Amino acid sequence: MIHLLDSIRSAPGQKAFEWKARREAQGTAQPWQPPQFFTCPKCQRRATRAVWAEHLYVCPNCGQYQPIGGYYRLSMVLDHGSFRELNGRMHGHDPLHFPGYSEKLAMQKKKTGLDEAVVSAVGRIEGQPAVVVVMDSRFFMGSMGEGVGEKVTLAVEYAAAHRLPLIIFTASGGARMQEGIFSLMQMAKTSAAIAAFAEKGGLFISYLTHPTTGGVTASFASLGDVTLAEPGALIGFAGPRVIEQTIGQKLPAGFQRSEYLEEHGFVDQIVPRSEMKATLARLLRLHQNHTKGGKRL
Amino acid sequence: MIRDILNEIDAVEQALARDDGPQRAYLTRRRADLLAGCKALTPEDRVFLARHTHRPKIDAYINALFTDFFEQKGDRQCREDPSILGGVALYKGQPVTVIGHRKGSDLQGNLKYNFGMPGPEGYRKALRLMKQAEKFGRPIITFIDTPGAYPGLEAEARGQGEAIARNLAEMSRLEVPVIAVVTGEGSSGGALALGVADRILMLENAVYSVLSPEGFASILWKDASRHGEACALMKLTAQDLYEGEIIDEIIPEPLGGAQRAPEALFAKLDERLQAQLAPLRRMSGSALVAQRYKKYRRIGQE
Repeated sequence: MIHLLDSIRSAPGQKAFEWKARREAQGTAQPWQPPQFFTCPKCQRRATRAVWAEHLYVCPNCGQYQPIGGYYRLSMVLDHGSFRELNGRMHGHDPLHFPGYSEKLAMQKKKTGLDEAVVSAVGRIEGQPAVVVVMDSRFFMGSMGEGVGEKVTLAVEYAAAHRLPLIIFTASGGARMQEGIFSLMQMAKTSAAIAAFAEKGGLFISYLTHPTTGGVTASFASLGDVTLAEPGALIGFAGPRVIEQTIGQKLPAGFQRSEYLEEHGFVDQIVPRSEMKATLARLLRLHQNHTKGGKRL
Repeated sequence: MIRDILNEIDAVEQALARDDGPQRAYLTRRRADLLAGCKALTPEDRVFLARHTHRPKIDAYINALFTDFFEQKGDRQCREDPSILGGVALYKGQPVTVIGHRKGSDLQGNLKYNFGMPGPEGYRKALRLMKQAEKFGRPIITFIDTPGAYPGLEAEARGQGEAIARNLAEMSRLEVPVIAVVTGEGSSGGALALGVADRILMLENAVYSVLSPEGFASILWKDASRHGEACALMKLTAQDLYEGEIIDEIIPEPLGGAQRAPEALFAKLDERLQAQLAPLRRMSGSALVAQRYKKYRRIGQE
């Protein structure tokens, strides 16, 4: 995937990005001792990391999708050498002074090597520039607090200011409880940013991955001009456990999965990971030179 | 606990109504003492008051503050959701759109209104009324009082998340004044979906939070019974939110909660609502949108 020749003419920061992506592909924060094998949590079959990577972390045996890191996904989507990170060092704070939260944040940072549950970048997809935001469910379940809300909003505003299309890969357990009302307000903030971006005529592709729930589903994730989803992803507002408790009955198989949402009219298409980049490139081409009110953007 | 104090106040007041003998002086003094005990409330007490069965509901606010209310039902797509009440009314002789969560004051009412937990149809009805308000240049006044959006099978199938998201996005662009009043409990996205406003007023004993204290405790500690502890940590009272610059104004309530003297509360709310609405009415649509964007933009900005 990464060739020697490419790394010679790569942009500044590209090396660090590739290192991060490779580290995530190896699935560990300690690159000096990568576990050789990875076991599919669904079918329990083992394969080497190399085989998993070749299959883009879709189980080679049963086809189950594994969550993947933000940088790793960006390396799959962006043209080689085009990556430039936006607001890389930004992270959340502890607005409620919630007991144990700061320590937990520090632990998550150490565990994942990320500063927040989202990575945003500007780059090219088959030569076409775009702002790409990827949420990372390994960091605090991808939950949205002030840090995530701010990074997403800044990326949307960047896309608006530079008249670039916007792609967001969502993966989130919802609002970050430890930030209380401030995390709830991030829903309003991000949605307002998307609405302003839409009014300017910007293209927003929302790409839902496993899991997308709660406050993220109820804000920017649901506001795409085009909504795509990875196969089999859990997507919903309320969690299945809460629903079962409320209605007092078992939920049908496949409930709140990508296929269910497609059937109910909330997803344009389900796109497998192997076609992710080609599909995005195609959509960007289809929206090339689009105009709003007859004025070229 | 406020519950015990309120029960005793009720008992004392009943005794006062019956007794005009020598006990009167003592009872009057006792009542004053008890009411003084309602001054220092814990967050948990406020959650109790915010959910009090006799706390004024949206119908009471509409009767007290507006005239000529005309209810509008249905989302024009699928169904009428009675857990949100909305329509046109006159406020000081001027048309406004009023929308709010509807709770019942007894079990029957609560079953009918689904305990104030709307489905996507409720939010889509609200959006329909708001777009209509924008069309006719009417200010929008919303009343927030919900345990959250309904977590049900049909609600999910019809896009609960999408309905809330759409409201957040559309409300941020409305070119008419929007004022939200948090009157009871405001929980989660289900509350926020009526809450993206130019001004947010909040009753003294109302609460507003990312999730109900029970839900919060069950997510963080897998134990809903620790909701008392959650109340203390969540910073969900009007005072906390005012200090956090989430809300704009606190509307004082009578001692012991709004249910004890609703008329006094309505008068105060009326006065503040009028004061907040007047300057907004003079602003242009685009200025309102820009101001509202900024209001939410700065939350969590470094």
